[in-house]
Amino acid sequence: MSNVNPNIVLKTKDLSIGYISRKKSIVITSHINIKLKKGELVGLIGANGIGKSTLLRTLTNVQPKLHGSISVNNKPLEDYSNIELAKVLSLVLTEPLASKNLTVFELVALGRQPYTNWVGNLSKEDLFIVNKALEQTNIIDLKTKKCFELSDGQLQKVMIARALAQDTDLIILDEPTTHLDMYHKAYILKLLQKLAKETNKTILFSSHEIDLAIQLCDKLIVMTKDKVVSDKPCNLIEKGTFNTLFPKDLIEFDETTGSFRVKK
Amino acid sequence: MLDSKTYKTPFLILVILLIICFFINISLGSVFIPTKDVFNSLIGNATDNQSWEYIIQDYRLPKAFTAIIVGSGLGISGLLMQTLFRNPLAGPFVLGITSGASLGVALVIMGASMFGGVMAGILISKWSIVIAASLGSFLVLFTVLIVSTKVRDTMAILIIGLMFGSITAAMINVLTYFSSAEELQQFIFWRFGSLGNLSWNELLILFIIYLIGICICLGSIKSLNTLLLGENYAKSLGLNIKKSRLLIIISTSLLAGTITAFAGPIAFIGLAIPHMTRQIFSTSNHKILLPAVFIFGAIIMLICDSIAQLPSSDYTLPINAITSLVGAPVVIWLLVRKRKMMF
Repeated sequence: MSNVNPNIVLKTKDLSIGYISRKKSIVITSHINIKLKKGELVGLIGANGIGKSTLLRTLTNVQPKLHGSISVNNKPLEDYSNIELAKVLSLVLTEPLASKNLTVFELVALGRQPYTNWVGNLSKEDLFIVNKALEQTNIIDLKTKKCFELSDGQLQKVMIARALAQDTDLIILDEPTTHLDMYHKAYILKLLQKLAKETNKTILFSSHEIDLAIQLCDKLIVMTKDKVVSDKPCNLIEKGTFNTLFPKDLIEFDETTGSFRVKK
Repeated sequence: MLDSKTYKTPFLILVILLIICFFINISLGSVFIPTKDVFNSLIGNATDNQSWEYIIQDYRLPKAFTAIIVGSGLGISGLLMQTLFRNPLAGPFVLGITSGASLGVALVIMGASMFGGVMAGILISKWSIVIAASLGSFLVLFTVLIVSTKVRDTMAILIIGLMFGSITAAMINVLTYFSSAEELQQFIFWRFGSLGNLSWNELLILFIIYLIGICICLGSIKSLNTLLLGENYAKSLGLNIKKSRLLIIISTSLLAGTITAFAGPIAFIGLAIPHMTRQIFSTSNHKILLPAVFIFGAIIMLICDSIAQLPSSDYTLPINAITSLVGAPVVIWLLVRKRKMMF
C-alpha cells in the first residue's frame, strides 16, 4: 500500500482538468486516476473535444490542474522547476517549428539544452546521446539535411529523436500520427513501441488511430464523457469500453477485429 | 551546442573585408589625404600636414567607429527581434524605439517655441536632442514593456509596439502641422541620420551602453537558439520564456535606443543585415549568426558611409537614404540568387 513505487513514472489521483476563467472553473473531466509504469507505451484515445489535449497540457504543466494531484517520479508536478521538469519530461507537439532552417543534427541537439552550459556547448557525452538518438530513430542519414527538406514522416522522426536526446523518463506526444499516411502512422507507432522497450522510457501519446493503438500499446487511456478508464487493450475490449467512445448512429466497434466499422 | 560547422573561412574573409572597408572609409572624404599619410596618422606617426592629422583623428576616426557601432548594433538588434517575433519583417524598431525617439526630438525642436522664445535657444543643443531621443524611446519602450507583461502571446507585443508607433507618429504629425519652416527643416535633418557628429567623449558613452547591450545579447545566445523551436518547445526545454524575452528586449532597446539617440533613426540596416547574413551563412544558429551579423553590419555601414561622403566633393548625402539605396538591391539580389529565404 506504499505510495512510493520506483516503477511508477506518472501518477494522477482524483485529478480534475479544465479551464479557469474569471474566478469560475469549468471542469472538463474529473476523477482521473492513472498510473504509468517504466517502459510502457500508453495511448490516449477519445473523441474530438473530449479533453485529450487538455489532459496532456495539464500533465505537462502547461495549464494548471483544477483538483487532485499529479506526481512525476513520486514528486508532485508543481514542485518541479522549469529546468528540473525538462530533465524528466519531454514533449513532441503538433505545432510547427518556428525555424525550419536548422539541420536535423542541430535540431536534435537542441534536446540537450537543459544539460548544456550558458552558450549551449555540447560535451562529448551530449554528442554521444544525440548520435544515439539519431541512430535509434533511424535518421543518421538525414543528419545534415535542413528541416525544410524533410517530409512530414521524416520530420516526425526527427522530433521524436529530439525528445529522446532530452533523455527524460517520460515522453509525451500530442497526436504524433496526424498528417501521415497509413504506412508512416504504423511506422511511427511501431517506433515508439520499440523505443519504450529499448530505452525503458515511458511514452504517452494521444491518437485517433484506435486500431493501431489497440495492437501496439501496453496500456490505453480511454476518455469518454462520463469517465476516464485506463487498462490493457484486451481488457478494455472485453469490458466493451470502445463502444462507449462515440455516438452509436454511424460506427460500431467490432470486437473480433479490434477496429471500428461503418454501420450498414 | 550546434557545432556541426565552424565557418572559419567566411569569417576570415569578413574580418579582412572589415579591415579594408575601415581603411577605405578613413581614406575618403572631402579633403584628399594620401594613403601613406592616412596610415601614418593611424599608427600615430607624424604626417606631412597637421590639419590632415586633425581631420583623421578627430573627424574620420570617430565617424568610422560610429559606423561600426551603428551597423553592428542595429544588425544585432534586428536579428534579436526577428528571432523573438519569429517574423522576417521585424527590425530593431518594431517596439516603438524610433517613434519614441522621434517624438522626443520633435518635442524639443518643434515644441521648443511653445516653451517660449528664450528657452528655445537653450533647449536645442546637441545634448538636448540626444537626451530627448533617449527619453522618448525609453518612455515608449517602457510603456510597451509594461503592457507586454500583461499579455502571454509574443505576437501581441509586436502589434502593441506597432500601435505605439502609430500613436507617436500621429503626435509628431500634429507637432509638424503647427511648427515653423526652420523647425521642420531641423527635424528633417535629424531624421536623415548622421554618423559624423560624435566627439570622442560622446562616442565613449555610446560605446559603453552598446557594450552592455552586446553582453546581454551574448548571454541570450542559448535562449535565442531554443526559441527557434517555438515558444512551447522552448518552455518544455526548461527555458524561462518571460525572463529571456525581457532580456532580449532590454538588449535591443539599449542597442537601438542609444544608436538612434546619437546617430538618428538609421533605417533599413536592422532589417536587412540579418537577412543578408542568413543568406550567406545559411544557418540559423545564433552562435554563428551573432558574430557574423556583427561584422557584416559594420562592413555595410562603413561602405554606406563611404558612399555618402561622395568622395572628393563637399557634399555629404543623408546616410539614411544611402543605407536603403545600397542595401535594398543587395537583399533583392541575394533572395533572387538563392531563390529561397532563410529564416
